[in-house]
Amino acid sequence: MLDCTPKEIIERSGGVINPAKTCQPIGAIYAALGIHNCLPHSHGSQGCCSYHRMHLTRHFREPAMATTSSFTEGASVFGGVSNLKTAIKNVFAIYNPDVMAVHTTCLSETIGDDIPSIIKSAEVPEGKLVIHANTPSYQGSHITGFSNMTKGMVNYLAEATLENKKERLNIIPGFINPGDMREIKRIADLMGIKFIMFPDTSGVLDSPMTGQFNMYPRGGARIEDIKDAGNSKLTVALGSYASSDAANLLERKCKVPAVTLNTPIGIKATDNFIMTLRQNFIKEVPYLLEEERGQLVDIMIDTHYHFHGKKVAVFGDPDIIAGLTEFILSLGMLPVYVLTGTPGGTIGGPQGIFEKEITNMLTEAGIEGKVKAAGDLFQLHQWIKNGPVDLLIGNTYGKYIARAEDIPFVRVGFPILDRSMHPYLPVVGYKGAMRLLELISNALLDRVDRDACDEDLELVI
Amino acid sequence: MEKAKADNFSITERKDFILTKGRQKDQLRCGEDSIAGVVSQRACVYCGARVVLNPVTDAVHLVHGPVGCASYTWDIRGSLSSGSDLYRFSFSTDLKEHDVIFGGEKKLTLAIAELAQKYNPKLIFVYSTCIIGVIGDDLEAVCKAASKKYKVEVIPVQSSGFAGNKSAGYRAACDALLRLIEPKTIEPGFYKEKRKKSINYLGDFNLAGEVWIIKNYLKQIGIDVNVAFTGDSSYEALKKATGASLNIVQCAGSMIYLANKMDELYGIPYLNVSFLGIEDTAGSLRKIAKFFNDLEIMRKTEELIKNEKTKVSAVIQFYRERLTGKKAAIYVGGGFKAISLIKQFKEIGIDVVMIGTQTGRREEYETINDMVDDGTVILDDANPSELEKFMMEKGAHLLVGGVKERPLAYKLGMAFIDHNHDRKHPLSGFVGAVNFAEEVYSTVCSPVWNYVTGTGAAFPAPQRAKII
Ligand code: SF4
Ligand code: SF4
Repeated sequence: MLDCTPKEIIERSGGVINPAKTCQPIGAIYAALGIHNCLPHSHGSQGCCSYHRMHLTRHFREPAMATTSSFTEGASVFGGVSNLKTAIKNVFAIYNPDVMAVHTTCLSETIGDDIPSIIKSAEVPEGKLVIHANTPSYQGSHITGFSNMTKGMVNYLAEATLENKKERLNIIPGFINPGDMREIKRIADLMGIKFIMFPDTSGVLDSPMTGQFNMYPRGGARIEDIKDAGNSKLTVALGSYASSDAANLLERKCKVPAVTLNTPIGIKATDNFIMTLRQNFIKEVPYLLEEERGQLVDIMIDTHYHFHGKKVAVFGDPDIIAGLTEFILSLGMLPVYVLTGTPGGTIGGPQGIFEKEITNMLTEAGIEGKVKAAGDLFQLHQWIKNGPVDLLIGNTYGKYIARAEDIPFVRVGFPILDRSMHPYLPVVGYKGAMRLLELISNALLDRVDRDACDEDLELVI
Repeated sequence: MEKAKADNFSITERKDFILTKGRQKDQLRCGEDSIAGVVSQRACVYCGARVVLNPVTDAVHLVHGPVGCASYTWDIRGSLSSGSDLYRFSFSTDLKEHDVIFGGEKKLTLAIAELAQKYNPKLIFVYSTCIIGVIGDDLEAVCKAASKKYKVEVIPVQSSGFAGNKSAGYRAACDALLRLIEPKTIEPGFYKEKRKKSINYLGDFNLAGEVWIIKNYLKQIGIDVNVAFTGDSSYEALKKATGASLNIVQCAGSMIYLANKMDELYGIPYLNVSFLGIEDTAGSLRKIAKFFNDLEIMRKTEELIKNEKTKVSAVIQFYRERLTGKKAAIYVGGGFKAISLIKQFKEIGIDVVMIGTQTGRREEYETINDMVDDGTVILDDANPSELEKFMMEKGAHLLVGGVKERPLAYKLGMAFIDHNHDRKHPLSGFVGAVNFAEEVYSTVCSPVWNYVTGTGAAFPAPQRAKII
């Protein structure tokens, strides 16, 4: 069933089959929801906005609010200036956010609406803010959109007002789940470091049941904090695709030095994150974190023989799968296929950074594998057909391949539309690595049990 | 109908789109564009067209545009297939900046060529999205040329998102289907011989296998389904649509246009039917039987209705006893669905206190108004805060809606069922009525609601009416 992918590999250049990415605006909306009291606004047709909200709602199982400029034929011919002006007026009159975060769509980009000048000439109530980001989907992916909106926050909000920087850290977490953001904050707290995280969707897209619907839940980065981020002494950008652009802009704009690290998935990347904090803030690593690390290594050793030599295919967003690939390698598994739908380098920048970075990891481990940026799942499926793997790791869309090829499958990344809990339970940090270990070993061992004949079924494995 | 008071309502432009049923008759405004700057729950033209055409199982559905429009519609609808799975793949031309500047025709031509070669399909639908409308690619010409070259039918679907809402998309889809239906290919004599007790079933997308249930009922009463539009349909079957002597139309919002056209062009009359709920199902089967005016068919129909009703009545009664007095709020895509939901709820003792649609038509709103009790709020293209306000005010226990409404209801401590594409059980026919009751019961009477009230001041008791 659902196995329409032929084995024979054909070169293609006319578009994608089964995409491994989606469009920029959804990333922009996700980032904007990470500001407290912020309403994302989609400058385009209502359809796009509806799809983005639906998709976010399916992943997080939470309401995802965003407004739209509701383009009609007229707007698409004469431009969306009046639509946006009306929208700005209505948004503040009806929904009363503190800040409205406008992003563009393919349509408004193609028409060429000049957002900053429209914002300038619009009636924005006293004390309220409108920020914006350009997010044409014919470039990049949802990750680019997240990065662009985060950059927009720095662009519009961050200010350097003090002569001496505060003994404080900025953390740009990247396109990860609220539970992951919570975990990163917990680590920084345990290190005793003052910090500002933005965007921060914890408390927004994992908000508790209160019996009330709040348009603006309690969580999210505060506007004053994002402004004050210009006075911090360091920015750590987690993930080069989703976070480093904003950190670099902050460095240029407010002279806050920026360090880009891998998303702290797995032991090595988490070590790096913690060491960076330790060095820059001259703090001791608390026993609790040492203990967590020790437990993780203990588990890795206890279970390593389940993993050794297993071939794995990994796909998803570049920052996440960089971390996953590294972690998989540290377990003795072989990530033979690594694929993202997001284009390689930053836009306008050198292409192929992703491919190079991952290939280096593989070469260092002495593994030959296929690595691809701007790929699609059709291609991944063809690879697997021509050289099978023991495990597939990626977002929900991997389930078709997993079923067609009968491979154990672990869901990590965005979007996950067919399981719950992922927004709450982290995959970052040492605790997150333990969770990944559990997911991976359960998938592999469930398979062993399933396939064992009666006489081979073991109680202890 | 009395207009809901505008003063406790912040968007004055919206007040004509909301009514509370009362004494005077008034007209509800509907079918217009959403206001800029609101959280609209509405979708676009492409979305509408895709919903209707998606269940054509052996077609390649190629979305011409940037990647997003295709990503969001990759296999999100539970239309089941008994044959090909090709429709569940996601094909996009994934336009890049270069294509936007220089036009996307070249890339489209290439994509069609590659897909034709790889899958050897009989049919390719090419959907246009917003940006195509603006950059002005000539879809017609590209499709025509490709059709010739690769000997595959390539049909453009004019579904640029901004050119209206979902209803415009339904129409674009119907236009595409009309191009497919070809009486020319039918041999002489076909009309007389084959056009006997065979019907086309319009407006069922085989969610959770609903078409199959209805096909089976019809077979039992001696009527063949020629082809369903479009649930579990295929290229060959759709081509032969003119072989039927009657069209029955379920989801009128999406298919009435096609039914009218087929009447006009091929002289196939149509009947409006509904297979949602016990009474509607029975009524519709009788209506069809009456059309054929055949005693044998009528006898079999009565027999079927009697048998099926006996099978389900005890179960329905069980749920009815437990659900009577509960109140429901409805917010769905089309008017047809809204109307049948009112009836379905009546069958299990539930009153509808709020009802709205994304794309309901004037006649449908009139029907709704005639069916509901005084005091029921009726609204067109609602936004979440309106939904919240009226659901709370009216003390609804349950919301029926789509994906985006689910978490809203849950946050309010309110039960929810998906009557849209995420539904997992068939809701059609007699068995559907049981599934419906079961589903309502399992959410409204779940023990999870008992824990909503927390221990601290942060989580006050919800304002919703007490369940059970
Ligand atoms: S038009 Fe662009 S922004 Fe809208 S859904 Fe499609 S790809 Fe995304
Ligand atoms: S771009 Fe147009 S067609 Fe595509 S999702 Fe947005 S509104 Fe719909």
